[in-house]
Amino acid sequence: MQILFQLLRRPMACFGISIIVLIVMFAIFAGWLAPFEPDNQMFDGLTLEGAPLPPNEKFLLGTDLLGRDLFSRLIYGARTSLIIGIVANGIAVIIGTLVGITAGYFRGFLGAALMRFTDLMMAFPALLLAIVLAAIFSPSLWIVALVIAMVNWVQMARVIYAETVSISERDFILAEKSLGASNFRLLFKHIMPHLLSSVIVFGTLGISTTVLLEATLSFLGIGVQPPTPSWGNIIFENQTYFSTAPWLVFIPGSLIIALALGFNLVGDALRIVLDPTLKGKHT
Amino acid sequence: MIIYFLRRLSIAAMILLGISFITYVLLFWVPADPVQQIAGRSATPETIANIRHQLGLDLPFYQQYGLYLGNLLQGDLGRSYIQKTNVSELIQSRLPASLLLMAASIVTELLIGLNMGILAAVKRGTFVDNLLMVVSFIGVSSPQFVVGILLLYVFAVQLEWFPIGGYGTFSHIVLPALTLGLLGAGWYARMMRSTMLDVLELDFIRTAKAKGLGKLRVIFRHAVPNALLPIIAMIGIDIGIFMSGIVVVESVFGWPGIGQLAWQAIQRVDIPIIMGVTLTASCAIVLGNLLADIIAFFIDPRIKLK
Amino acid sequence: MKNKLLISSLTTLVFSIGATNLVQAEEYKHGGSMIVTYKDDVSTLDPAIGYDWQNWAMIKSLFDALLDYEPGTTILKNDLADSYQISEDGLTYTFNLKSGVKFHNGRKMIAADVKYSLDRVTNPKTQSPGAGFFASIKGYDEVSSGAANGLSGIRVINDSKIEITLSRPDATFLHVMGLNFASIVPKEAVDQWGADFGKHPVGTGAFKLTEWTLGQRLVFTKNPDYYQAGVPYLDQITFEVGQAPIVALLRLERGEVDIAGDGIPPAKFLSIKNDPKFEGSIVEGSQLHTGYVTLNVKMKPFDNLKVRQAVNMAINKERIVRIINGRAVVANQPLPPLMPGYDKNYQGYSYDPEKAKSLLAEAGLQDGFTTELYVANTDPQPRIAQAIQQDLKDVGIKVVIKALAQANVIAAGGEEDQAPMIWSGGMAWIADFPDASNFYGPILGCAGAIKGGWNWSWYCNESIDARAIAADSMTDPADVEKREAAWRSIFTDIQNDAPWVPIFNEQRFTIRSSRLTGPDGVFVDPVHIPVHYDFIATKDGQ
Repeated sequence: MQILFQLLRRPMACFGISIIVLIVMFAIFAGWLAPFEPDNQMFDGLTLEGAPLPPNEKFLLGTDLLGRDLFSRLIYGARTSLIIGIVANGIAVIIGTLVGITAGYFRGFLGAALMRFTDLMMAFPALLLAIVLAAIFSPSLWIVALVIAMVNWVQMARVIYAETVSISERDFILAEKSLGASNFRLLFKHIMPHLLSSVIVFGTLGISTTVLLEATLSFLGIGVQPPTPSWGNIIFENQTYFSTAPWLVFIPGSLIIALALGFNLVGDALRIVLDPTLKGKHT
Repeated sequence: MIIYFLRRLSIAAMILLGISFITYVLLFWVPADPVQQIAGRSATPETIANIRHQLGLDLPFYQQYGLYLGNLLQGDLGRSYIQKTNVSELIQSRLPASLLLMAASIVTELLIGLNMGILAAVKRGTFVDNLLMVVSFIGVSSPQFVVGILLLYVFAVQLEWFPIGGYGTFSHIVLPALTLGLLGAGWYARMMRSTMLDVLELDFIRTAKAKGLGKLRVIFRHAVPNALLPIIAMIGIDIGIFMSGIVVVESVFGWPGIGQLAWQAIQRVDIPIIMGVTLTASCAIVLGNLLADIIAFFIDPRIKLK
Repeated sequence: MKNKLLISSLTTLVFSIGATNLVQAEEYKHGGSMIVTYKDDVSTLDPAIGYDWQNWAMIKSLFDALLDYEPGTTILKNDLADSYQISEDGLTYTFNLKSGVKFHNGRKMIAADVKYSLDRVTNPKTQSPGAGFFASIKGYDEVSSGAANGLSGIRVINDSKIEITLSRPDATFLHVMGLNFASIVPKEAVDQWGADFGKHPVGTGAFKLTEWTLGQRLVFTKNPDYYQAGVPYLDQITFEVGQAPIVALLRLERGEVDIAGDGIPPAKFLSIKNDPKFEGSIVEGSQLHTGYVTLNVKMKPFDNLKVRQAVNMAINKERIVRIINGRAVVANQPLPPLMPGYDKNYQGYSYDPEKAKSLLAEAGLQDGFTTELYVANTDPQPRIAQAIQQDLKDVGIKVVIKALAQANVIAAGGEEDQAPMIWSGGMAWIADFPDASNFYGPILGCAGAIKGGWNWSWYCNESIDARAIAADSMTDPADVEKREAAWRSIFTDIQNDAPWVPIFNEQRFTIRSSRLTGPDGVFVDPVHIPVHYDFIATKDGQ
C-alpha cells in the first residue's frame, strides 16, 4: 500500500520496522533457532556451587540461575512479549474504541457517564490497578493480557471520543442525519472510516506501552508464570545477580527497550504519514 | 472562574469516591485473608474468629465499605492490619519523600528534555539532531526498572559516584530522579523540538534572524512561551505516570516513599494501606490535573475551560 | 552426604557448648554502635503481637520473659525467674522472680506485672497471634471466649513470687514461658499508649527504643539499669529499613553497614565466600527450619499413599540444594537436625525416579497426571518450584506452577480443595521454640487441618494426635529421653505416611563487618533470630 511506501521512506520508521520484523522472526522460528529447550535445567549449566555461567562456547549468552540457556530463553521470550503485547493491546483498542465511539456519537447521559468513567480510570495509578487485578485472578498468560488491557484502554477511548465528536458535528454527517440515515449506517459507513487512522496509530503506539507493562508486571513477579520465559520475568529471576552477572539483566532489558522502541518509531511515523495536516512538516 | 473551579472540585470528589469504591470491591475479591496473616501460624480457630470480628471483617460488604467511607470522610484512613499503625500516619511519614522525588523528576525531565529539544531544533537535520531524537525515543521506550538497575549498576556500584540507594542527601536523589525523569524527558524533547521548529519558521523570526538577532533571544522570547501550554498539559499526565512508576523505582532504590509502602502492602494484602495509597495517589493525579488546567487558563485565557 | 550432616550437627553442638563458655570466658569491649539493615519495615515492637522476621530478636532485646535461652543455643535458662519449682503432678509451677529488675520507665518489676502480661496476651482484645500457646493455663478458655478478664490459673503470691496452674500437663510450658509472647510489660505504659504501645515499647530488656522514624530507621540505646551486669556490650544499635538485601550487602562491603539482617543474597554469597578480604566475616549456623512440599491428602491423586511416596522419590534434593548455592542440608524427615527428636538413623525416601515411576504405575497412573504447585512469588522460591517441576516431569507428572503473593498462597493452603501441592519456602516452617511439639500441632496435627489453618497437607491422623498429646503430658524431667523417643517415632511414622516431601533444612548465614566481634553463635542464634543483639560487641569499643 501507499502508506507502507511512505513509511519506508522515513529512516526512523525503517529502523523500527526492521527491529519488529527481526523479533517477530525470532519468535516464529524459535524452535529452529534456539539451541536448547528453554525450560531445560541442565546439570552443567551451573557451576558446582550453583552459580550461573557466563557466555561461553556451549551457551552463547551464558546460563540463568537454574542452569538454562539464556539465549534460548530470550528467543522464546520474544514470543511471550509479542503475544501479550499484541493481544493485550488488541483488547484495549477494541474496548477503547467501543467506549469512545459510543460516548462520542450517542452523547447524552450515556456518553457523559462513559466519559466520567474514563476520567475515573485515568485518575487510577495504572500499575497499582494492574497489581491489584493480578492479585485477584489465578495468573496465566491470558489473565496477564487481560489485566494489561483493563489498564490501557483509557487513552484510546479518549482519543476516539474526541475524534468521534468532531466528526459527528461535521456538516455532511448532519446532512445525512436529516435525510434520515440510520445510526448504524452513519457509524459504519461514515464515521468509522475516519477513525481508522487514529486506531492504527494509537494501536501501534499502544503495543509499546503494553510490552513495557508486561515487562514490569513480570519483573514484580506477578506476570507470566514460570517456567514460561518472558523478558521481564527473566530479569525478575536473575536480578539479585545484577552486580556479578549483569548480562542476565541487561540483555533482556535491552531487548525490551528494542521492542518498545520499534513500535514507538513505527507508530510515530504512522502518525505523521496518516495525518494530512502534518504531512510535509518537519520531523 | 470560581464556578469552574468549584465544579471541577466536585467532579474530583466524585472521582475519588468512585475510585475508593472500585478499589474496595477489587480488594474484597482478592482471595487472601488478612485475618490469617494477622493471626499467624499458630492461631486457633477461636483466635481467628475473634480477630475477624474485632476488625469488622465478618460484616457484609456494604457495611464494611460504609464504615470505611464514614471514617474516610472524617480523615481516618483506618489502621494497617500488618503494621499496626494508623494508615494516615504511615502515609504522612512517607509522602514527603515521594513528593520530593516527583518534584525532582519533573525538574530533571524538563531540564534534560527541553534542552535536548531546543538543541535538536537548532541543529535540525544534522547528526546531533538525529542522535538526540533517537535518544529521546529510547527514553520513552525504556521500562523504568531496567533504567533504574542500569543507573544503579553503572554509577553507584561500578563508578561509586552515587550511594547505592537510600535517602537523605542530594546525591541520593539524583539516580532515582533520573530514572523517573527519562521517560518524560523523551516526550518533552520531541515536543520542544517541534515547537521550536514551528517558531523558527515564522516570518518575523526569519526577518529577525536576517537582521542578526541572537538565537537565544528567539528561543526565550518565542519558543518557550509557545511550548508552555503543552508542557503544563503534559505535567498533568506526568503525575499519573509518576504515581505508577514510584512503585518500582522506590523499591529498586530503597526510597522511603509511598510506592515502596504500596508494594509491601500488596504482598501481604494489607487492605487499609493499599486503599490509603491508591486514594492518595489518585488525589495527587486529580489535583495535579486541576492545577495544570488552572495554570493553563491563566497563561492563555483563550483556552476554553471545558 | 551423611558426613555433611554429621559435620554441621557437630559444628552446632560445638557452638552450643562453646558459646556458653565463650560468653563468660572472653572479655569483650563495651561501647560502640552498629548498623543493621532490613528490607521490610518493622511492624510493631509490642511483644504480644510482634511475630515478624525483623522484630522477633528486637523484641527479645527490649523485653524479658521468665525464661530465655543461653546465647547461641537452644538451652533453656532462667531470665526474670530466679528459680522455679514444679509440683508433683506437673500442673503447678511456682516462679521466684529476680529482685531489682527495672522497667525502662524506672519502675521495679513485680509479680503482678507477670500476671498482667499473661492476662493481656491471652485477652482477645489484644489480638495476639500467640494467644494459643498459653492454652494449657487454667482459665484460658474463659478468657479466650470473653467470659473472664484474667487467667484464673495465675496467682500472685507476693511481689516476687507467682504461681501458675495448668489445666493439663504440658511439657512445652517452660518453652512457652520463654517466648516473646510471654514477655513482661508494665500496665501503665500500655494504658498510656493504648494501641500505639507497639511504637513506644517499655520493657525490662538490655536495650531501649530511643528513636523510630517510620519507614527509615529505629535506634536502640543501651539500658544502663539492665539487671544482668555487663550486658549489652554495645551502646547503640541503628536499624535501617527499606534496604534490599543486595543493596545492604554492597553497602556492607563498603563498610557502611555492619550486619545485613536479611542474610546474604546468593550472588554475593559465592563471591564473598571466596574473597580473602572477607575471611571470617560469614558465620554459619543451623536453624530450626525445614523446607517442604505439602501434598494435600484430601485432593486426588494425593490421597493415595503410593503417589505421595512416588513424589518423595522423584525429587532430586541435592540438585535443589546446589541451586541455592549449597546453603542447606538435604532433609528426609519433618524435624530439622538441631531439634531434639530428630532421627539420625532414619533413611526416609531416597532419590529414585525409576522406583517413583513404578510406584505410580502401581497406583494406576503409569501415564502420569497433571497437578498444581503453589509457591510464593518472591525469589528464590519460584526457582526452587521450577526445579521441582522439572524433576516431576521426568517421572511423568505435569506440574503447573502458580506463583502468587505470599498471602494468596497461605489462603489457598487453608482451603481444603485448592492447593494440591505447596512449596513452603519463604512462608514456613521455623520453630517458635526448640521443641518437637512445635513442629506438629499447627502444621501436621488435626488442629491445624481446618479452614484458614497452616496444615496445608490436611493430614489428620487421630492416633498420632493422641500420641502427641501423650508425649506432651510427660512433664517429669526424668522422662525427657522417653518423650524425645516418643516424638521421634511420631515424626518418622508421619514421614512413612508421606504427607510431606521434606526437601532441605536451611543453614543460616550471617555476614558481619570486620568491626564486630562476639561469640560466633550469637550471630546465627537459633532462638534470637537472626542475631542476638545483646551479645554483639565491637572490636575497638567504637
